[in-house]
Amino acid sequence: MSAVDLMILCVGIFLLLALVAIAAGGKPAASAFIYAAAIVPCSVVGMTGLAVLLTDGAASTTVLPIGLPWLGAHFRLDALSAFFLVVIGLGGAITSFYAIGYGRHEPEPHRVLPFYPAFLGAMVLVVLADDAFSFLLSWEVMSLLSWALVLAHHRKADTQKAAYVYLVMAGFGTMSLLLAFGLLVGADGGYDFETIRANVHTPAAAAIILVLMLLGAGSKAGLAPLHVWLPLAHPAAPSHVSALMSGVMTKVALYGFIRVVFDLLGPLEWWMSPTVILLGAATAVLGILNALMESDIKRALAYSTIENIGVIFAALGLALAFRANGMVDEAALAFSAALFHIFNHMVFKSLLFMGAGSVLNATGLRDLDGLGGLIHRMPLTSFVVLIGVTSISALPPLNGFASEWLIFQSILTSPNLPQSALQIIIPAAGALLALAAALAAACFVRIYGVGFLGRPRSDAARQAVEVDRFSLGAMFVLASICVLAGVFPGMILDAFAPAVSLMLDGRMPVQTSQPWLTLVPIAETRSTYNGLLVLLFVVFSATSAAWAVHRFASHRLRRAPAWDCGFPNADPLTQYGAGSYAQPVRRVLGTILLRAREEVLMPPPGDPRPARHQVHVKDLIWDGLYEQISRAVNAIATRMNRLQFLTIRRYLSLVMLSLVLLLVALTLWN
Amino acid sequence: MELIVNFLVQGVQMALVVALAPLLVGLVRKVKARLTRRQGASLIQPYRDILRLMRKDVVLAENASWLFRAAPYIIFAATWVAAALVPTFAMGLQFNWTADMIAIVALLGSARFFLALAGMDVGTSFGGIGSSREMMIATMAEPAMLLTVFAVALVAGSTQLSTVSAVMTSPDVGLRVSLGLGLVALVIVAIAENARIPVDNPATHLELTMVHEAMVLEYSGRHLAMIEIASALKLLLYVSLIACIFFPWGIAERSDSLLNYAFGMITYVGKLAVGGVLLAIFETSVAKMRVFRVPDFLGAALMLGLLGTLLLFVSRSL
Repeated sequence: MSAVDLMILCVGIFLLLALVAIAAGGKPAASAFIYAAAIVPCSVVGMTGLAVLLTDGAASTTVLPIGLPWLGAHFRLDALSAFFLVVIGLGGAITSFYAIGYGRHEPEPHRVLPFYPAFLGAMVLVVLADDAFSFLLSWEVMSLLSWALVLAHHRKADTQKAAYVYLVMAGFGTMSLLLAFGLLVGADGGYDFETIRANVHTPAAAAIILVLMLLGAGSKAGLAPLHVWLPLAHPAAPSHVSALMSGVMTKVALYGFIRVVFDLLGPLEWWMSPTVILLGAATAVLGILNALMESDIKRALAYSTIENIGVIFAALGLALAFRANGMVDEAALAFSAALFHIFNHMVFKSLLFMGAGSVLNATGLRDLDGLGGLIHRMPLTSFVVLIGVTSISALPPLNGFASEWLIFQSILTSPNLPQSALQIIIPAAGALLALAAALAAACFVRIYGVGFLGRPRSDAARQAVEVDRFSLGAMFVLASICVLAGVFPGMILDAFAPAVSLMLDGRMPVQTSQPWLTLVPIAETRSTYNGLLVLLFVVFSATSAAWAVHRFASHRLRRAPAWDCGFPNADPLTQYGAGSYAQPVRRVLGTILLRAREEVLMPPPGDPRPARHQVHVKDLIWDGLYEQISRAVNAIATRMNRLQFLTIRRYLSLVMLSLVLLLVALTLWN
Repeated sequence: MELIVNFLVQGVQMALVVALAPLLVGLVRKVKARLTRRQGASLIQPYRDILRLMRKDVVLAENASWLFRAAPYIIFAATWVAAALVPTFAMGLQFNWTADMIAIVALLGSARFFLALAGMDVGTSFGGIGSSREMMIATMAEPAMLLTVFAVALVAGSTQLSTVSAVMTSPDVGLRVSLGLGLVALVIVAIAENARIPVDNPATHLELTMVHEAMVLEYSGRHLAMIEIASALKLLLYVSLIACIFFPWGIAERSDSLLNYAFGMITYVGKLAVGGVLLAIFETSVAKMRVFRVPDFLGAALMLGLLGTLLLFVSRSL
């Protein structure tokens, strides 16, 4: 049995599990069974992907006699698909393990269970699809199933709005993809990817396809300005589904972009790449700035997903720029960095969403301003979430830093580009990415500092208890992957190298042969980084310093009330909260980018009511773009409404008129 | 033999940075005191302070978590490792390939991350104010720093500090506008990152203007001592970084003669002294800024860094 057949079998198992879940209805035992059973095909998917990558990514194909009768359904498993299968399989398996425990708290499990395995199966199919029809079909099925999962708690008004916006945006995205594939296929209509690859496109057509892909795949991944649905929909779903959507589904969207732009479309002119780079960098800053203002922990995480997607798009744009100039080594560096960041983001974002889910289970709260002090009540969850926030803030020696470092190294190779426009744009994008990284650190200090440290701000937080063993187990696995991928980045980059060479006919130098497993992107004299040694040095210096101080100086310790400069205040609400922590950055950057405005409502003298401080933040993209579109649609619809109340004579004359017009058009055409 | 020498150099460097850091702080304080016509404490007062703090009990706030207790050691370790990887008196550091400039900046970022978390841990409003402002300053300082790194890397063709120093010592670099801009940007970043006047006042203790001191307000005893050493190390690191990039004269090469090592050591100490005196003069001659003026100050650094980088893209010889 070839690898791709095995994958199709796994998809079959996923669908079977969905049927079992429907049959089981709302039985309490069904939840644990479905999630536990979903681990098996997920692991097979992940392992197969890894095996294909490690055996240099030989492609295997199959054609199923379903779908369009003259076409069939083509499926193909090559190195790029294999990389994304690893992401889906690993993310899916660990999320399912987490859900064994988390799913018990689901009020209506039958609204999640049937869709969950089918959603996983659809994602696998997207990555395997080898013709336009099955690609678009599995893409749409994936969208619809995730939409159904978003609607799991459908009685909440927020959820309804989120699902509606998501559905509209998903429809728009698929339409763009449809048009993109229409252009890719051309007039002859060979829908399988093999034929599409052979087509040659004019630069103008290629540019239009690139824009359509940015709209179609970008809207699914969360690229600004098409990101608006993401912070609504991802948090609305149950937390394990949020983890899957943010950690895995956005990556499948990136797969669509990479497959079309790097593989099917063929060579692109250099002037198309700045769009991708700048959109990515702008998305990164915008996403993380919004995350910094958000006090709902899951929404903040969703905004941070937008940031990371922006970072990945910027790296992909760099790869396009280098490839257009025939600089294969530099392109391979940027592309490897993008793939590595895709993997890393899957790991830490899933971890953080699971952490948020655990907090939600333990306290029933998503609002940071009700939390606090969880490090005492939920020590293990707090520990793994600490690793997650350190990774996502791109701090050494964890994995987030390793991939960001590679992206910065790739930016530093840009002076060799011949076009001066790119030479100016890329460092500017680098500055934006550095700003995004620094803002990410601020954002996650805020989330962790307000949510997990300090004193509890509500009774729910005061009485929180540690979550179940399955949830903890899943989070510990992800946290250890964060550390391992940060310490041994070379091994992971080498494992992903077949996917890079498939797309670019070149790869980064072999990393595992470097002494001490050092990361050497180009040359040793140029730049090196060794996460393992950094970790060892830090651990060694910290422990030896602690030991020496305790041994030779003092080890006595007294507990006393907090000092707080002599004015301790017993009320936990005097602590810095989510809003106050964001205030400095809001004043500095938010006044321009988010039109943040602070207002103090002071009652008149003698009035005993308390003064209030309000913050108004505007989403300029929502107000400037989406509100306008929806207003225009409404206005047109109101005008058209009159058509409903015409007499029969008028309707008949309208029919006549359109018939005549069409006939005239036809005559003119011929 | 060469390996042993290199290991030895690395070891000496690690010991040297820890040993010299409090002295640099003492020097800055002494010069500042003399400039304001005060006698000032002796140069070795910071050592005495640290030893005194080490011997004292730790008074820990009641709801402090393990993170609060571990953070001082993590901060110290991250800063120390970063400081140990910057060439000070010699380039032949055995482990300098462990981290390049970007990684060193990020290691300092890790230290700051844990310091900011520790500020939030006890749950007091002072900790929060310090922590939130520190992160705000960092969001401006980090991009500025990185752009300076870009500018330097474009000239040197490397982000590896040893290579950068070697390139900068060579005669064909010469005076460049972009490096001048980069130097100014890096100095501004260094002032902000080390919580010096005009961004923050290291001597204040009961004002809303304080940033760094507000974060560490709940620390006492050995924990405070570790944080004090770490911030002294950070100051030393920035002075060494500026010295090894922009003024790399006298730095001994890899596996150099003993005489050159001694010469490197003397010039290094000289550079530190000059840096400390200049910092003290600067600090006495300007006033502390309002917190929300700081972004303008750092924005200037950001612009200078960007300008320096862009100039290099226009012409490699600028």
